[in-house]
Amino acid sequence: MLTGLAAGVAALLLLALAALPLGRLPFVGRMVHGGCLAVCLWLAGVALAVLLGGEAPTPLVLPVGPPWGAALLALDGLSAWFLLLLGLVGAAASLSGMGAEAPPSLPAFPLFLAGMVLSLGAGDGFTLLFGFELMSFASWALVAARHEQAENRAAARLYLIFALAAGAALVPAFGLLAAHAGGASFALLRAAPPEGWLAAAVLLLGLIGAGAKAGLVPLHAWLPLAHPAAPSHVSALMSGAMTKVALYVLARLLLDLCGPAQPSWWGLPLIALGALSALLGALRANLEDDTKTLLACSTIENIGVITLGLGLVLAFRGADLGGLAALAAAAALLHAMTHGVFKTLLFLSAGAVLHAAGSRRIDRLGGLIHAMPATAACALVGVAAAASLPPLSGFASEWLLLQALLAGWRVQEIGFQVAAAAATAIAAMAAALAAAAMLRLYGLVFLGRPRSPRGAGAHEVQGPEAWALWLPAGLTVLFGLFPGVLAQLAAPAVQALAGAAARPPGGWWLLQTGEGGAGYRPLAIALLLGLVVLGLWLWRRQVAPGGAQRGPVWNCGFIDPPPHLPFGDPFTQPTAGGIAQPLRRMLGVPLFAAREAVEMPRPGETRAARYEAGFQDPSLPLLLAPIARAREALAAQAERLRDLTIRRNLSLAFGLLVGLLALLAWLEAR
Amino acid sequence: MTFGQLPYDVAHLLGGFMLLLSFVLLYQRGVAAVVNTFAAQGAILAAAAAWQGFVQGAPQLYLTAFIAFAAKAVLIPLALRILIRRLDLHRNVEPALGIGPSMIAGVALVALAILVVLPITAGSRAIAREDLALALSVVLLGMLMMITRRNAILQVVGLMSLENGLILAAVGVAGMPLVVELSTAALVMLLLVVAGVFVFQIRERFDTVDTALLEPHRGEQP
Amino acid sequence: MAWLGAILTQLLHLALVLVAAPLVVGGTRWLKARLMGRRGPHPLQPWRDVRKLLRKRPLLAENASEISELAPLVGAAACLLALAMVPSFAHGMLLAPVGDLILLAGLLALARMALALAGMDVGTAFGGLGAAREMSFAAFAEPALLLCVLTFAILAGTTNLDAVAVLLRDGSLGLRISLGLAAVAMLAVAVAENARIPVDNPATHLELTMVHEAMLLESSGWHLALWEAQSALRLTLWFALLAAIFLPFGTAPAGAGPLAWLLGLLAWVAKMAGLCLALAVFESAIAKMRVFRVPEFLGAALLLALLAVALLFVSTGLA
Repeated sequence: MLTGLAAGVAALLLLALAALPLGRLPFVGRMVHGGCLAVCLWLAGVALAVLLGGEAPTPLVLPVGPPWGAALLALDGLSAWFLLLLGLVGAAASLSGMGAEAPPSLPAFPLFLAGMVLSLGAGDGFTLLFGFELMSFASWALVAARHEQAENRAAARLYLIFALAAGAALVPAFGLLAAHAGGASFALLRAAPPEGWLAAAVLLLGLIGAGAKAGLVPLHAWLPLAHPAAPSHVSALMSGAMTKVALYVLARLLLDLCGPAQPSWWGLPLIALGALSALLGALRANLEDDTKTLLACSTIENIGVITLGLGLVLAFRGADLGGLAALAAAAALLHAMTHGVFKTLLFLSAGAVLHAAGSRRIDRLGGLIHAMPATAACALVGVAAAASLPPLSGFASEWLLLQALLAGWRVQEIGFQVAAAAATAIAAMAAALAAAAMLRLYGLVFLGRPRSPRGAGAHEVQGPEAWALWLPAGLTVLFGLFPGVLAQLAAPAVQALAGAAARPPGGWWLLQTGEGGAGYRPLAIALLLGLVVLGLWLWRRQVAPGGAQRGPVWNCGFIDPPPHLPFGDPFTQPTAGGIAQPLRRMLGVPLFAAREAVEMPRPGETRAARYEAGFQDPSLPLLLAPIARAREALAAQAERLRDLTIRRNLSLAFGLLVGLLALLAWLEAR
Repeated sequence: MTFGQLPYDVAHLLGGFMLLLSFVLLYQRGVAAVVNTFAAQGAILAAAAAWQGFVQGAPQLYLTAFIAFAAKAVLIPLALRILIRRLDLHRNVEPALGIGPSMIAGVALVALAILVVLPITAGSRAIAREDLALALSVVLLGMLMMITRRNAILQVVGLMSLENGLILAAVGVAGMPLVVELSTAALVMLLLVVAGVFVFQIRERFDTVDTALLEPHRGEQP
Repeated sequence: MAWLGAILTQLLHLALVLVAAPLVVGGTRWLKARLMGRRGPHPLQPWRDVRKLLRKRPLLAENASEISELAPLVGAAACLLALAMVPSFAHGMLLAPVGDLILLAGLLALARMALALAGMDVGTAFGGLGAAREMSFAAFAEPALLLCVLTFAILAGTTNLDAVAVLLRDGSLGLRISLGLAAVAMLAVAVAENARIPVDNPATHLELTMVHEAMLLESSGWHLALWEAQSALRLTLWFALLAAIFLPFGTAPAGAGPLAWLLGLLAWVAKMAGLCLALAVFESAIAKMRVFRVPEFLGAALLLALLAVALLFVSTGLA
């Protein structure tokens, strides 16, 4: 199996190598993406084999690596679970990429995939970090590919800064662990769990490093800019898989390598950051008026939800509540899987809309359900899952997570109990806000009337781009109906997180919180719902035969549009800003310093009144402004070094030399 | 005594009802509605005192209940209503701190009260412990109301709600001496405060009139 | 035998709520009119309206999509399924193991989403306005509801509605301040979810502050009939939920036989009538609030529910 994994990585690297000289030829883009599709399906198969058949006992030693230890490849339940997600998401994204024209940064796509596979399949810290950085830089190249536009350049720059920050935090985190354990392989690290200040430092660095890559608040500023800047199938891969790889690193570092004996309070920072991300991400998704930015903000929300689940695992494990830890672990893993798939679906739909209707801005779209019925149907599945409606996949994982949160009071500590209750409220609010955001997206893009001539001329997408929608849509429905199967499949991963004795809750057909606890039977719910809908429909046919008649829109007697506006005046429809108004006033004002102003013309003036609304994410001024100031100050200090006399320059070098010698002496003395 | 026993349950419920009314006081904007809510809180306080008198077999608590009912539920609200009518204060008053933030602050204060009271009363009986937590919450919410409102009448209501909390705490502890005397003294003080506000408000009105009379003369200065 | 009882009670329950739903809406309307000194329409008027509308072909706007056709079916089905899980006169019905409180919230969210999608389908200003407001209010109502569920989950150890109701019916918990606070919070959520005064006015279409009715402006014929039925089912559902949790007296076990069922039925009818009367009195006594006061109203409910949970932590720590 590990040979299969290695073969997959090698194939991806070969594809990148092949794309390098041939990238300009017309058929190469299709070929490379097709190759990626095959490799992704192969990797998903490998991951499935590990999940079903058990992990490979010994890691595979690669003939490459740093001089002090060869690179190791290993797959346990946890990494196989995320590899399965990567395989599914990567397959859909590659399939969609086959339809799009080859981007200028073609070799970066297989490299991006290879980086993610390497960090998931790594058996030691170095390989993991190497894969992580490869993933970061390849995805940066993909974001920066369309650098002609200034906003894309700005997004790529911000993305690079955060990627560097993530690396700068993760390298010392693994370095500290490796120095403590005397080696970088996972087995060695696991055998020597950190304690005291070392553990606290690893927790902090891991949260910063993985959090910055996953988009946890307050390190999320790059995500709503960078994800939309990339081509749509790359955005899908970034949102669906890359953020999950970062969460995998977080789980691997904090839940696995730091050992099972960490105290209960370790969960609290994760719970707090997760709840904050869920709330702010979902709220911001309600205020954005670009389809892909909206989806990126919804990704922040879901990342927060998964982090919340991981924090609960830590807290329950620390309090010796094994069954509940398994429940929370299953919730986090299931949500990672379901979110990865439905977010891929939504990003690919947004890409199809961008391709067909020529815009990402909600205020230039509308009524696309008539022109693009298949895309609209797939997007409806994704929207309903993202709004966590039963019986789709989003609800199943959300149900598990809420059950885990509702059991938070069993940790006998009143501070944690109140925190868990507050997190419950915030998670529920985030779910409702996500539903509002998804309604806003779907209602404005697919329903109503076209808002621009280009949007009115839209047509259904063809070929691989259209087929690529059906894979994640089908999986979303399937995962929604059989979450129990999924949870059983995740059993090795749950054990990796919650302890060897843990069992995922429920059976094949239902999710259950424990013996005799509440259960969720999605298949029964779906059947009953279908039955009632069918019954109502048949009864209606009995009572009132004949379909609907068509007529002009009523709209409270609003007059018919003039003949030169065949679709009606687009400005009589609700806009993105208008639908956002209630939430902007209720929550946007306190949380995002939202503002709105109406500028009325004076009596006698002929210009139209203007309505302006906007908001400011507090993370940028709060986080980046001090960093920017610090950089300025550092630069000023460095400038001063250039004016030194030669004597002082020499003394600097001399001081450095003496310092290094002293360090060496100290190290030898130990 | 624990849950499921009638004496405890009823006392608990009455205390919780007073806390709920404290939140309603914080939530209301209209001055008249605040006075009505305060009257209701006074009536509940009287009921709580009477119940404690019945449970503890302490007849002096009936007197406390009577005083609380007569003063808090009838007389003072009546006086405040007269005041409102005389001074024409029927408008809604925007608080200094918004409704939402003051509610959040209120819940935080209740959490604080619970965290403070529970550890330090670890040895005593459940009934006293939880009633004490509830009473302290009522006191803190009264204070919160005093500092978040600009209107003098609302501040007085806050003060009296605070005092309600104190009496609730006093009647909840069995064998507390001088409960009646305390409540009477507090009542006298409150009556003084109400009278003071009465006088103060009226004087303020005359003052405004006076300054208005003085306005035309300001032009003489260079 | 137990199976038989479960199936029988489930069927009877379904028939009962289908009969009760129009009566609950009509009865509340009638009581309200009486309280205001008017004669009011017959309590069966909603039933007559729905029956009339069901026979009519709907008139759809030219640019309406399949969403307009499907959404009423999905909305009504979700509400009916949710209502089928809430115990009325008997516990342990066939669907009792499925009846989870979070699932209930999910089904209500499904119905809400269907309604909002239908409201936005034609692209009219009113529909979008109503949909945006409905979803925004839900952002406050759902956490409040979830915190109430947390209260029950701590007391009963499960979120299964039937188990919670059985536990509360036994009365071993006594009167609890947390339950009282949760009841207040849940009443506020119920008022908002059913678009009643003071959050929305169920009697008007054309008020400026409309929420729920604004989304139905384009529906007609049997579409409108299904929407009306959905709102009646939703009101019945909330009443039944409140009755099952906070007024659990007299409900019969499923295996207890017809006589106990009859007693349970009488108790349920009395409870529902009491709730209708309470709602009518409340709506007559209070004025509608401005739309942007609603978050304060629901936020207060949310905080009260949080308080209920916090006090429960205290008392479970004691016991």
